[in-house]
Formats: sequence, C-alpha cells, structure tokens
Amino acid sequence: MSDTVSNVAILDRRQVLTAAGAVAVAGFVMGPGFAFAKPEDAAARVKEATGGAAVKEGRITIQLPQIAENGNTVPVTVSVESPMSDADFVKVAHIFVDGNPTPDVASFHFSPMSGKADFSTRIRLAKTQNVIVVAQMSDGSFFTASQQIKVTIGGCGG
Amino acid sequence: MAKARIKVPSSAKKGEIFEIKTLMSHNMETGRRKDKKTGELIPRKIINKFECVYNGKTVFSADFHPSISANPYLAFSCRATESGKLEFRWTEDGGAVTSETKEIQVS
Repeated sequence: MSDTVSNVAILDRRQVLTAAGAVAVAGFVMGPGFAFAKPEDAAARVKEATGGAAVKEGRITIQLPQIAENGNTVPVTVSVESPMSDADFVKVAHIFVDGNPTPDVASFHFSPMSGKADFSTRIRLAKTQNVIVVAQMSDGSFFTASQQIKVTIGGCGG
Repeated sequence: MAKARIKVPSSAKKGEIFEIKTLMSHNMETGRRKDKKTGELIPRKIINKFECVYNGKTVFSADFHPSISANPYLAFSCRATESGKLEFRWTEDGGAVTSETKEIQVS
C-alpha cells in the first residue's frame, strides 16, 4: 500500500518537472510576452476562410526560396491556374503562415479583368515555417497548396 | 506616406495581359517592436489595403497584415480592355489614402 502511494508521488513529481521544463524552454525560445501562432491557429484560419467547405490540393504554384537568410523580406510568387473568364475566375487568394505571431499575411482579390491570377510580393517570416495559400474560385470551390521555408534570421523585430 | 513607384506599360494591344509592378515606401510598423529608448511598444501602422482601379472598375485589390514586408511590393496582372486611367490606392491604418494614376493607350 505504501509502495503504490510513493509511486504515485514520484509520477506526480516527474510530471510537474516535465511541465516546468517545457514552460522554461518555451519561454526561452519565444521570449517574454511574445507568442507565436501555432500551426493549429493557421489551420483554424484556413477553416474560417473556407467556411468549412472541402478544400482540394492543386492548381496553385508557390514560388519561394528554399532558404531565406533574411526573414524580413522574403519574395513569394503565387499563381493559380484559371481561365479568368467572366464565368470562371479566381475570386480571392489568401496567404497564411503557421509560425508568425499571427497567421494572416495577406488576401488578394482578383476579377476577370485580371487576366491571370498571379501575384508577387514580399513577406516577413519569424522562423522556419509553412506558407499556405488558399484560393477561392468563382464557383465557390477552394484549392490549397503549401510549402515549407527555412528561415535563418527571423524578421518579426521582437 | 511617401512616394510610390509604379511600372505600367504606356500602351498595350486590346486583350493583351500586361504586368503591373508597384513599390510603396512605408515602414509597415508591426506594432510588436519596442522603442529602444523608452521600452514602449511602437503602435502598429501599416498599409492595410491596396486597390487597382481601371476606368472605374476594381481589377485587383489586396488586404495586408503586419506580415507583409516594409516597403510593400506587389506585382500582378491586368487585361487591356480600353484606353484610360489606372488608379492605384494605398490605405494606411487610420484611414490616410495615397493614390497615383497612370494612363494606358489600348489599340
């Protein structure tokens, strides 16, 4: 009987220590008062943007460098396959990331007059993470693509 | 807001798809940086919206969040339909708007 009790006590102590360690590590990596978005937050934003509709892979090409030495300005080019006619065009393309303080990066709204659903811009990336693009077509369907990028020096000015 | 640089072809054939490049000088303050002297957070001030209007119709627009780099650069496409004006508008947090206009001849 006393054995079981002490076992429980040891387990408890171990759990407490592990938890404390995890908090300490997290605090060290992120810095005080500076929380990064978790991959779940990005996934939640994707879900919000699509309204829970089915999202298919494909039709989107993301061009990113494999390694970004400076996370302050990372060039990104996205193109979405579409005829861009009055009947069938890309309405909007969102960029989300899963390792910045907030998952939203930008949303780009197209029209049939765009001719092509492509754009280039420059983004800030705090650390190595995934860049996710979600595009909504004029018929209401959604497509997605994502790419991981390694970041040497983060660009969120902490 | 400071000056914008815009690259648009001066002429295009009807139906042709041309590329527009814009570069706006703006430090896109994220609201997460601290003033090194006082230790206080510098309030967020970014361009949150960009629009391209072709003869009164919005061809392309973008909503920006703080993860867009300083001096926001954008390249996008547009189909030449008729001669006229291309208006570019940048809206800053707080509502200040900077706009620029370029003319295009479509033959």
